[in-house]
Amino acid sequence: MNNKGKTLFEKIWDEHVVENRAGFPDVFYIDRHFIHEVTSPQAFEGLRKAGKPVARPKQTIATADHNVPTLNQHLPIKEMLSKIQVETLTQNCKEFGIELFGLGHQHQGIVHVIGPELGITQPGMTIVCGDSHTSTHGAFGSIAFGIGTSEVEQVLATQCLLQNRPKTMKIEINGELGKGVLSKDIILYIISKISTAGATGYFVEYTGSAIRALSMEARMTICNMSIEMGARGGMIAPDEVTFSYLKGKVHAPKGEEWNSKMEYWKTLYSDEDAQFDVEISYRAEDIQPMITYGTNPGMGIGISDVIPQDNGNGDISSAMNYMNLNAGQELLGQKIDYVFIGSCTNSRIEDLRLVADFVKGKRKAEGVNVWIVPGSKLVEKQAIEEGLDKIFIEAGFELRQPGCSACLAMNEDKVPAGKYCVSTSNRNFEGRQGPGSRTFLASPLTAAAAAVTGVISDVRTLIKDESYAI
Amino acid sequence: MPFEKFNDTAVPLMASNIDTDQIIPARFLKATTRDGFGKNLFRDWRYDNQGNPKEDFVLNQNNYRGTILVVGENFGCGSSREHAAWALVDYGFKVVISTFFADIFKNNALNNGLLPIVTSKSNIEELVSEMDVDKDTSIEINLEEQTWSFVDRTIEFEINEFKKMCLLKGYSNMDYLASKNEAINNFENEHIYA
Repeated sequence: MNNKGKTLFEKIWDEHVVENRAGFPDVFYIDRHFIHEVTSPQAFEGLRKAGKPVARPKQTIATADHNVPTLNQHLPIKEMLSKIQVETLTQNCKEFGIELFGLGHQHQGIVHVIGPELGITQPGMTIVCGDSHTSTHGAFGSIAFGIGTSEVEQVLATQCLLQNRPKTMKIEINGELGKGVLSKDIILYIISKISTAGATGYFVEYTGSAIRALSMEARMTICNMSIEMGARGGMIAPDEVTFSYLKGKVHAPKGEEWNSKMEYWKTLYSDEDAQFDVEISYRAEDIQPMITYGTNPGMGIGISDVIPQDNGNGDISSAMNYMNLNAGQELLGQKIDYVFIGSCTNSRIEDLRLVADFVKGKRKAEGVNVWIVPGSKLVEKQAIEEGLDKIFIEAGFELRQPGCSACLAMNEDKVPAGKYCVSTSNRNFEGRQGPGSRTFLASPLTAAAAAVTGVISDVRTLIKDESYAI
Repeated sequence: MPFEKFNDTAVPLMASNIDTDQIIPARFLKATTRDGFGKNLFRDWRYDNQGNPKEDFVLNQNNYRGTILVVGENFGCGSSREHAAWALVDYGFKVVISTFFADIFKNNALNNGLLPIVTSKSNIEELVSEMDVDKDTSIEINLEEQTWSFVDRTIEFEINEFKKMCLLKGYSNMDYLASKNEAINNFENEHIYA
């Protein structure tokens, strides 16, 4: 029998199988569990009804993000149902002994921003959350995926889930990104090629020189959107970039423990003879700044391309009807009304720095509303310390307080019906940013370019040097 | 509740890539219980912005009724919100037939006794053309045999053996996991992150 090598995914999966029995799913151990106010209340209610405690309260971390206002967070939440949901989380955390980074806490923020920045997310872990963008944490070389509320309850009660092992897919990107092309463009490009369902049933590992060259935050943007092509999750093998990001973070291991964890982390890569079920590769040089034109994240094109014709199944026609656009038209020059820079995809300090660097000395276009929503209190604090807030104010942008905000418009941050928004978030579904809203997904630079020109613009024509490539 | 064999008519909603934001928009996720989501199922397709039913939407028409929902390709992509499954169940659906289901939605459906049946596009087209002729076309769902049938067609479907057993007997994952307490404790003694 061949003793074939293992993929990164297989190595971590095998480390977490409590029981493997023929004909049954694996009993799969969960190292870290993040919860938030929207998908947890029914899980706690289930525990309460069954008289069960939380099995390992120290392995669950809570924050309030989906529903919170992004203005005046020090005041009581005005919207009654949101207020009740956030208060319910607080009560549940107190009753069941779970640490909560709630509104007003210095570490509050979007769940997928705070886990990494606090060093809670570490290589080789299994991480789940009742949120599909949990795939973000895979950027550290962990198995991280979204779950439903019944599964949240199972993890709270047992620290385990029942899981069937997904298939594996390798996506390799080699080469160098061009000027003005960001990691967001890489992932929008991949999804446009693979489609919104093309990776369903797979766990993806991203590899190649273009991925290796990315910062930790840029890697998170890629893994974050794995779910948008149907993948169970996405991951990147940890390396020096990962280790130096983690070192010194609040919850990162210290001293001897750091050394012993490093020994383990350094074994976390796909062996050369490891077999993936599917392998795909792309060239970084082929990727332009990307923009979506339709109503799912797979409907993306290069910024200077034209909207493709319907392939006969009516999907594009129906999207064009919703977006009030036409197949065959280009998007450059398309007038826009809102710009949203935020969400678990692109609300980290590097995103805000890039935007500030680009808009410094510029002013937003007349009639455009620009919302910048930092991913966490720490990001907000750092942005203010670095003076980015002043640049945004001078540009006419609105710097708000941390939360999921207009990514899913559960709070007041809604794009009005019929209005166009260039958004750095992850979904352009019908009504996602508010009933009738029309979303163009793009990178923070492309969003900033639209903010200052008032139309969809090719950021490459607006920047002078290579410094915007990350 | 055990999932038993039954016959019923179906409701066709022939769109592809129906995401969970269409099934239940985020602004209706503010409840702290599992009940009552059915009234906002497909909210923005079903009602206009004044809250009036849209006449051209299938759930607002009287000609199609039943507990089986037939949809286009790739159903349930997007958010992990279990509220999507709760909304379908609360409305009264017991089965969804599509060519393909997003992973998280499929798990959520199965955890709530909602059966996702995967079949070919041509099978779905055949069913829908039968329904065009006779809106009361009866469909038999037989989980034990893993088949669904209409007129003179009987079509097999795949389902994970464990989930099939759970549905047929009314068991949940929680029951199974709770029985593994000792194995979990033993595992933690050796595990790096426990």
